[in-house]
Amino acid sequence: MAVLVDKNTRLLVQGITGKAGAFHAKSCMDYGTNVVAGVTPGRHGETFEGKVPIFDTSSEARKETGCNATMIFVPPPFAADAIMEAVDAGIELVICITEGLPVMDMMRVKTFMKGKSSRLIGPNCPGIITPGACKIGIMPGYIHKPGKVGIVSRSGTLTYEAVWQLSSRGIGQSTCIGIGGDPINGTSQTDAIKLFNEDPETDAMIMIGEIGGTAEEEAAAYIKQYVKKPVAAFIAGATAPPGRRMGHAGAIVSGGKGTAAAKIEALLDAGIAVAHTPADMGSTLAKLLK
Amino acid sequence: MNIHEYQAKELMEKYGVATPKGKVAETPEQAEAIAKEIGGSNLVIKAQIHAGGRGKGTFTSGFKGGVHLCDSPAKIKDFASKMLGQTLVTHQTGPEGRLVNKLLIAESTSIEKELYFAIVMDRTSQSPVVIASTEGGVDIEAVSEKTPEKITHEIIDPALGLQPFQALKIAKSLGLKGDLTKQAVKLFQNLFTMFLKTDCSLLEINPLVITKENKVLALDAKFNFDDNALYRHPEIVAYRDTAEEDPREVEASKFSLNYIGLDGNIACMVNGAGLAMATMDIIQYAGGKPANFLDVGGGASEQQVTEAFKILASDKNVKAILVNIFGGIMKCDIIAQGVMNAAKIVKLEVPLIVRLEGTNVEEGKKLLKESGMAIISADDLADAAKKAVAAATGK
Repeated sequence: MAVLVDKNTRLLVQGITGKAGAFHAKSCMDYGTNVVAGVTPGRHGETFEGKVPIFDTSSEARKETGCNATMIFVPPPFAADAIMEAVDAGIELVICITEGLPVMDMMRVKTFMKGKSSRLIGPNCPGIITPGACKIGIMPGYIHKPGKVGIVSRSGTLTYEAVWQLSSRGIGQSTCIGIGGDPINGTSQTDAIKLFNEDPETDAMIMIGEIGGTAEEEAAAYIKQYVKKPVAAFIAGATAPPGRRMGHAGAIVSGGKGTAAAKIEALLDAGIAVAHTPADMGSTLAKLLK
Repeated sequence: MNIHEYQAKELMEKYGVATPKGKVAETPEQAEAIAKEIGGSNLVIKAQIHAGGRGKGTFTSGFKGGVHLCDSPAKIKDFASKMLGQTLVTHQTGPEGRLVNKLLIAESTSIEKELYFAIVMDRTSQSPVVIASTEGGVDIEAVSEKTPEKITHEIIDPALGLQPFQALKIAKSLGLKGDLTKQAVKLFQNLFTMFLKTDCSLLEINPLVITKENKVLALDAKFNFDDNALYRHPEIVAYRDTAEEDPREVEASKFSLNYIGLDGNIACMVNGAGLAMATMDIIQYAGGKPANFLDVGGGASEQQVTEAFKILASDKNVKAILVNIFGGIMKCDIIAQGVMNAAKIVKLEVPLIVRLEGTNVEEGKKLLKESGMAIISADDLADAAKKAVAAATGK
């Protein structure tokens, strides 16, 4: 059944009447995702696409529809509040697509979430997809293929690249999780690896990282100790100049820390097959399956 | 975003952080007037540019040094006239140097001891962390490597802020006593308030000094601000000095494009930061050098794509342009249309390599094919990089 999302996922979309929210809510529905509710404050009583009820708050949506996951498209100044509202409503899985949340806001969110049971994915991420069953996010659905490789990534389009390389080879995916490019996020590389490791439907994994922070080093340490399934990886940003933020808020080498070289060394030390270039992600994993 | 030394000083004063007396001047007359206002004969004049190494820099006029000690307002005026409107070259500016439009005139402090104090946003603890050291005025990375025991770390709960006991603990770790401890505690708390209120990602005071007169002062400061939070800080946005930035980046920022100038000759236009970085990597792997990082993002309009392409095409170092798009939110036909629009405005003199995949790929490819533009099309990422390098080297 892959991880986190499947046919039984009942999705709420926060910010469903906005331009991006509406477009992607529709595309998730087209993929077959069960979108059961939307939230836009002040629009209670309306419907989306003639069938999805809209509520003012997440807790109303939860009470009325039993939604167990939410996809957030609320603009950056209000996104932290939207996450906390969803967590407060007890929604099990909160996926924040919004890019551009201030770090201070995310620190408040993390403090708020302590002791609560919801899982946050993102922010600044493409979302999560279990091919053929449930798509929550902005990824193009058609490139995916149901299968047994789990993918976790800090980058959206680079994930599509990996997925495409696998699907073109006839290798399908169990679940693809985009954890987002921000320095403080809800689900880490290690968290996702743990989920895949415990999932009987996942046979192998690809981890896509980038410069900045130590998330990949921590995942490598975990893999070295606990993971028997084959893992391939790629780290983007080997040629990025130090001290510059490469688009993603979290992608920066500062004070000599967070370099691609240090990450690759940790990955190799953990017995992970590292792709030399982003064009080799699929082939690197394919070799492990033989 | 970076700010000038005098701006950092203004900000610190606003938050009650003790700094040496001083103000910014734009003319020699202003400089003299500020020197008179400060009084005394211990004065310093400092060129205001973002780059480091100012003291050892040289002006293109031949005048040496971007920082000078002076003993009278008349001398300040004289130095100011030699520095303003001149270009200062330091080891960080590159040979082209930076134009000096502003000077900081301040009292020169008599230093008893130099210390280090910083607040950073720590990813591991997901909290702000205070870093303090008795070894100030030097490179803290080196201290951290050679004598880690001389560095104190204190994790701060973002919801609670820097508690007085923590500030006291930090002050004691710096070996402070008596009234100096009290001064330091107040200064640390004010700095922390400033860190939170202004959405800093890094606040570094190096050195924090103890003067011979027993005062604790923030002598030099470096701040980085969270770009994502600038929307709620118009006062900090107003500090932006575009003269200090790469003109290509200034142009790109007008259209909300995520662009970073590099020194290679293969320009790239990519959607998504991760793929943009990976494209730079694969260009290098194929033997070329990227001229830039450019993430046109997921929701870019045709106009943004057009502007982005104009920036790439007008870069004189560029010998080939690589467009690498994996459409998710971004639709391939939008990219194609933007590229075609730009090609009408700027004459494209270098080879253009295009690799399209994802949402609306067929429409995008069709548009480009029908445009009659000379395009080298690539099947995948590796092929695109190989063709771009070949085109740039004329092979």
